[in-house]
Amino acid sequence: MLTIKDLHAQVEDKEILKGINLTVNAGEVHAIMGPNGSGKSTLASVIAGKEEFEVTKGSVTLEGEDLEDISPEDRAHKGVFLSFQYPVEIPGVSVTNFMKTAINETRKAKGLEDMPAKDMLKMIRDKAELLEIDRKFLSRSLNQGFSGGEKKRNEIFQMAMLEPKLAILDETDSGLDIDALRIVAAGVNKLKSKDNAVIIITHYQRLLDYIVPDFVHVIHNGKIVKSGTKELALELEEKGYDWLKNEAVV
Amino acid sequence: MAFENNVDVEHPVHDVRTEAIKNFENKGFPSKKEEAWKYTSLNSLQKIDFSIFPKQDNAIEYKDVKKYFIHEIDTYKIVFIDGVYSSNLSETTHDGVDICLMSSALTKPMYKQIIDVYFNKVASKDESLTTLNTAFCREGAYIYIPKNKMPKKPVEILHFATGNEASIMLQPRNLIIVEENAEVQIIERHQSLTANEALTNSVTEIFAAKSAIVDYYKIQNDTANASLIDNTYVDQKGKSHVKVHTFSFGGKLTRNNLNFYQNGEYMDSTLKGVTILGEKQHVDHHTLVHHIEPNCESHQDYKGIYGDSSTGVFNGKIIVDKIAQKTNAFQKNNNILISDKATINSKPQLEIFADDVKCSHGCTIGQLDEDAMFYMQTRGIPQKEARALLMYAFANNVLESVSIPELKARINKLIAKKLGVNLGFDL
Repeated sequence: MLTIKDLHAQVEDKEILKGINLTVNAGEVHAIMGPNGSGKSTLASVIAGKEEFEVTKGSVTLEGEDLEDISPEDRAHKGVFLSFQYPVEIPGVSVTNFMKTAINETRKAKGLEDMPAKDMLKMIRDKAELLEIDRKFLSRSLNQGFSGGEKKRNEIFQMAMLEPKLAILDETDSGLDIDALRIVAAGVNKLKSKDNAVIIITHYQRLLDYIVPDFVHVIHNGKIVKSGTKELALELEEKGYDWLKNEAVV
Repeated sequence: MAFENNVDVEHPVHDVRTEAIKNFENKGFPSKKEEAWKYTSLNSLQKIDFSIFPKQDNAIEYKDVKKYFIHEIDTYKIVFIDGVYSSNLSETTHDGVDICLMSSALTKPMYKQIIDVYFNKVASKDESLTTLNTAFCREGAYIYIPKNKMPKKPVEILHFATGNEASIMLQPRNLIIVEENAEVQIIERHQSLTANEALTNSVTEIFAAKSAIVDYYKIQNDTANASLIDNTYVDQKGKSHVKVHTFSFGGKLTRNNLNFYQNGEYMDSTLKGVTILGEKQHVDHHTLVHHIEPNCESHQDYKGIYGDSSTGVFNGKIIVDKIAQKTNAFQKNNNILISDKATINSKPQLEIFADDVKCSHGCTIGQLDEDAMFYMQTRGIPQKEARALLMYAFANNVLESVSIPELKARINKLIAKKLGVNLGFDL
């Protein structure tokens, strides 16, 4: 589904990604771990198409298509979803209206008519239930005054609404208490299928107890320095990242 | 009767006019040398040879101008074509309230007492454009709402310029008196029907008595050669609530001089505006709130979105007199520039002489939030729609206080049109 080859990316002349290679197939869950500043979030942003990051070398392809000149919205239309580490507050736009716009714009891009209002409401209700989101919440301004946990739940709610092929969850576990973590994880697990893939970016092992990865990769200094199975995450939890940093130098 | 009409009643207004002409002759048109006109030049307008009084009566059909009315709801209508009252297009009333013409109020004996008390009483005697209007005004809306009354429906004041003259200058004059505990909703619009030059120099006096409620909406979405100088003066008494919303979406040059005088206690004044400009349009909002007595509030919230080579000005003056303790005066002016060539000059002016007051002011000038744009794009919302949605959201809280739902829907549509998008929902 997603193939990343020798990806180099920089922001304002500072190289952050220094040759990432990664293949994610449909039906797989990948965890990307690593210390702060290693390039995890940059990788997520580059896949989603943030213009601030300049790709200087290498490629990102989705189902065989090079994403290089494709706008963030078109990437979304093709099935890429990014759950933000820090979701943006948009006062004046309710969660419901935001989702309506997002869904109908995606449908428009695919040559489809707007979703009938009745179907839209039903879908919103069902997905909100999946994430145990109160209905009152849906008429509030997007992310404005939401707690950290509410913001993250709202991100996964949006993911549930948009049904992406490739979901990238950037530090979705940060700021979540254990109950919220369970709800979010249960939501993600329910949305998982053999046709889609999930990349979980995280600092800690915690979320991986609930969403079990098929592969774990460790990024350090803009490169994947180690890949393995879920046991690698446990090892990292135990030993920290330093031993890998040393290994990378060797 | 004829004698009374021509002499006794005309007389006091005649004196007021003579004085106004004198004052205007002394001062002339304001120039950029004056601080209050630093950012707005009337030079190019003064070069145009405007006809002051139309040569003929011009008629228009309702179907041709229906779209300018809030036709989704029933309203009283006071309509003028090239400054002349159109009985065809209007719907006035004397049923418990007076919603009619300034010309009758100025000339009919039955209104003399009221005219004596109110006409030109809150309007400035020395601001030159106001005096120009006082000197030459003939027509406008006269609205009198007696104690405890409220008209059955909102009032629309519409001025059409037909363009039958190559260039026309209009001097409408509105007088609105809302007595104790009475209430009124008014929508005012000036609309040019062709690309010909039109200059409107309008003066509106609003008197809100004790516990009165006045809700005033100005829709400014005129054509590329239409200019408007709007001078509005509000005299408020205790416990009254007056709100003026100004929606500036078009026109060549628009200057809003909006002045509030709080003559009483426990009242509030609300001044809100949404400005969305493009091309070479220019809008200048000059507000004044004068807190004269204690325990009052004022709320100002102006949002501006400036594209192309448009220019905006916000000058918000708040005066709190020494005696006006416990005043709460708030002022916000937030602007977004969506083009490198657009400019905005935002200037708060606070003159506070009391010591126990809460005053806040803040002006911001920025671009659209790039992070918010990216966030929306990752949800599949294209850049153009994302931008529009953000701008909608930006202007939204100003619309919240619009109390006529159909008007709110109309403004929403105007905003969407101005931003060039169809979002498929109203905020």
